[in-house]
Amino acid sequence: MAARHAEPDSPELRARWGSFAWTEANAAKAKEIVARYPAGRQRSAVMPLLDLAQRQVGAVENTQGWLPLPVMEFVARELDMPVIRVLEVATFYTMYNIQPVGRFHVQVCGTTPCQLRGSDDIMAACKAKGMKKGHTTADGLWTLTEVECMGNCSSAPMVQINDDNYEDLTAESVTHVLDELAAGRQPKTGTQLPGRHTVEPIGGPTTLVAMVGENHDYRGEW
Amino acid sequence: MPKLKVDGVELEVPAGATVLQACELAGKEIPRFCYHERLSIAGNCRMCLVEVKPGPPKPQASCALPASEGQEIRTDSEMVKKAREGVMEFLLINHPLDCPICDQGGECDLQDQSVAYGRGASRYHENKRAVTEKYMGPLIATTMTRCIHCTRCVRFSEEVAGVDEIGALYRGENMQISTYLEKAAKHELSANVIDLCPVGALTSKPYAFEARPWELKKTLSIDVSDALGSNTRIDSRGREALRILPRVNDDVNEEWLSDRGRYMVDGLTRRRLDKPWLRRDGKLVAASWAEAFDAVAKINPGSAVAVIAGDLVDCETMFAAKKLAGALGSTLLEGRQTGLAYDCSNLAAVNFNSTLAGIEEADAILIVGSMVRDEAPLLNTRLRKAVKRGAKVWIVGPEWDPTYPATFLGADLAVLGDLPAELTDVFGKATKPAIIVGGAGLAKGGIAAGLAFAAEFNLIREGWNGFNVIHMAASRMGGLMLGYAQKGGIADLIAAKPKMVISLGADEVDYTAFAGSMIVHIGHHGDKAAHVADVILPAAAFTEKDGTYVNTEGRVQLAEKAVFAPGDAREDWTILRAMADALHVSVGFDSFEQLRAAMVAEVPALGTEGLADYGPLPAAPAGVKPEGVIAGYPIKDRYLTNAIARSSPTLQRCSAELIHGETFAEAAE
Repeated sequence: MAARHAEPDSPELRARWGSFAWTEANAAKAKEIVARYPAGRQRSAVMPLLDLAQRQVGAVENTQGWLPLPVMEFVARELDMPVIRVLEVATFYTMYNIQPVGRFHVQVCGTTPCQLRGSDDIMAACKAKGMKKGHTTADGLWTLTEVECMGNCSSAPMVQINDDNYEDLTAESVTHVLDELAAGRQPKTGTQLPGRHTVEPIGGPTTLVAMVGENHDYRGEW
Repeated sequence: MPKLKVDGVELEVPAGATVLQACELAGKEIPRFCYHERLSIAGNCRMCLVEVKPGPPKPQASCALPASEGQEIRTDSEMVKKAREGVMEFLLINHPLDCPICDQGGECDLQDQSVAYGRGASRYHENKRAVTEKYMGPLIATTMTRCIHCTRCVRFSEEVAGVDEIGALYRGENMQISTYLEKAAKHELSANVIDLCPVGALTSKPYAFEARPWELKKTLSIDVSDALGSNTRIDSRGREALRILPRVNDDVNEEWLSDRGRYMVDGLTRRRLDKPWLRRDGKLVAASWAEAFDAVAKINPGSAVAVIAGDLVDCETMFAAKKLAGALGSTLLEGRQTGLAYDCSNLAAVNFNSTLAGIEEADAILIVGSMVRDEAPLLNTRLRKAVKRGAKVWIVGPEWDPTYPATFLGADLAVLGDLPAELTDVFGKATKPAIIVGGAGLAKGGIAAGLAFAAEFNLIREGWNGFNVIHMAASRMGGLMLGYAQKGGIADLIAAKPKMVISLGADEVDYTAFAGSMIVHIGHHGDKAAHVADVILPAAAFTEKDGTYVNTEGRVQLAEKAVFAPGDAREDWTILRAMADALHVSVGFDSFEQLRAAMVAEVPALGTEGLADYGPLPAAPAGVKPEGVIAGYPIKDRYLTNAIARSSPTLQRCSAELIHGETFAEAAE
């Protein structure tokens, strides 16, 4: 994981985001989220509210969204907590973007199972589209990040683009996914293997085969 | 009371103790970095690993593991030794080997523990992590590459100081300790994180590269920056006191010290009066001691003498001056320089009776006219603890940020006659209710109103006295015990039109009222009194003389002499003794021992260290109607409250940067 840095404070940042406030819909949502926690424990809502704020920023910018410092300060004010505590949370969890991102945030998993299943090709395919690790492309369309395990090892390799996972990728299929996204269409999410539904074993079960049709008691065979 | 075994020795530990505390009770040293008795348990350094049975077959972090019945703990097994070596090796992976240029060298936990528990050599040959410096204000120097992520500083700011400003950003190897946007740490206890830091990540900026700990002479002393009498240690080298550190005393300061008390030390070598001065034709000219005493003799005041004690003087000085005035036939003594004139006939009514440690147990507290954070910073941490235990706090006076939930009742004292129902309700049910009258309250007749309040809510009961007064001068309680109080305050001295006014470092007095008097200033700093004095006799600061101080709770404490006064300056009592000769009177002592013996004979309470007994509280004066609006608090600038602090470049910078918001360019390093 590359070292993360919060976008530095600047007058431009203040001018752009200083007046951040919830939209009407999000205000209602934020109220509902805070109400989930006992009175006086409203600080517990910091993570969902940061997510909500990130999404609102994303909706404004037409990107995945990120958290400028003034927005974190807004969340701190909303929850009546010290802003340093909000910053701690936002910098700890990588799902909060603390720097601007592009329209699509492509997070390529590079951990061992994905790497063994060819994540290097996936990365190369992304780079062929002009992406550079840790950077946003000039047209603002892509941000490429290499991440650690996303828990999709049985359908490796995978990428996460904004809220969706694309699994069982090859260089071709990831290129197709990226092309579709760039063209404004929504490609199929989840596994990209034809015939595979989720993460069931490819080519039929290899273990517990006797249980496929009906229940079977294996205990006698141990 | 669980019974357990530590290294085969059976012992019983208090319920709720941790395994680490159990090991300490058994006399075993457990190395640690993140664990600290006065902070919450973090359990993130892993240095305190021990072997515990029953439990998983691996070392356990003893700081976070509750001791329980029948545990068998080993601190000396091979597993523990290996675990410690392993943790130490990991901690040192990213710790730079810059001990020779690190200010923590010689008093560094990491250094000491790596010698004691490390494996002796490194197997790590990769690049080390580097972390950018963080700006934390004029007091704290940072070298964040040295940080081992113990988070003591974070926990101190949040829990003890109550100011959430330091945090741990990012995660894992990239974790960094920082203030929000690298703003300066602004609260009045910020420099305590320097003591807490187990490595050299946070060190003292003004003290940077001054000395090594083994070069320093350590002298036990008392802080004079406020009336709490925090226990301190003065580290000196040669003739210079280089730093002041807090000393553990659970009854007074626990182990903290206010920034003001800590960095006043920089003022001790600046603007000093190191030779006598005389005013000739309106200008001060340097003189010899003989000339100075001639000048004093020439004043020949007879009995028209008044003595004003400053905020920093010790009891011995005040007593010597009292004797001198007495020998001349005067009893015009006053210490309340700013004109306060509360009734001092019963000292219990001007004392912090709950005691500083005791106030933690209070469950309902009313503060009348005190900005506690400025007037007694470490008392505020006690009040914070009380609130954490469930105490409710109300404050009469202009609003300030107490760092804990408190209800402000407005600035008008009249509210004491018309208390809100919620307050009377809580105080009615409280088991240990308390009132605290502070500086601004004293000025508005807060004592009488407070006594009436104490009577109404029965604040004095079996084993509890809830009537408290906070003073702001280290000399105040001692002065009151020695009779430095006139009925009308300093106005009585002005009305008496004394021929000679002896100022014992009294820099806060408005001397324009003494225009007709000759002012003899016995002080150590060229501050306000020196500007108007006719004769200046250079004296010793608190680090340069033995002395007795009484804190606001009536605790008698002794401070020792750390260094000699500079130049021709002398200890105060010797100056007063010589003045007696110049004025041809006898004060009855020729040595410090005789002086102290005479003082103890007159005020026996000053002879025993510990809390003085002032007897029962007086009855509340009848028919008191509290009134008056508290317009502001007496301390306008918390960093510059006395002559030494005003001379300290460090505190001047604090004042300019943290209070007046000036910005300073950082020097490139």
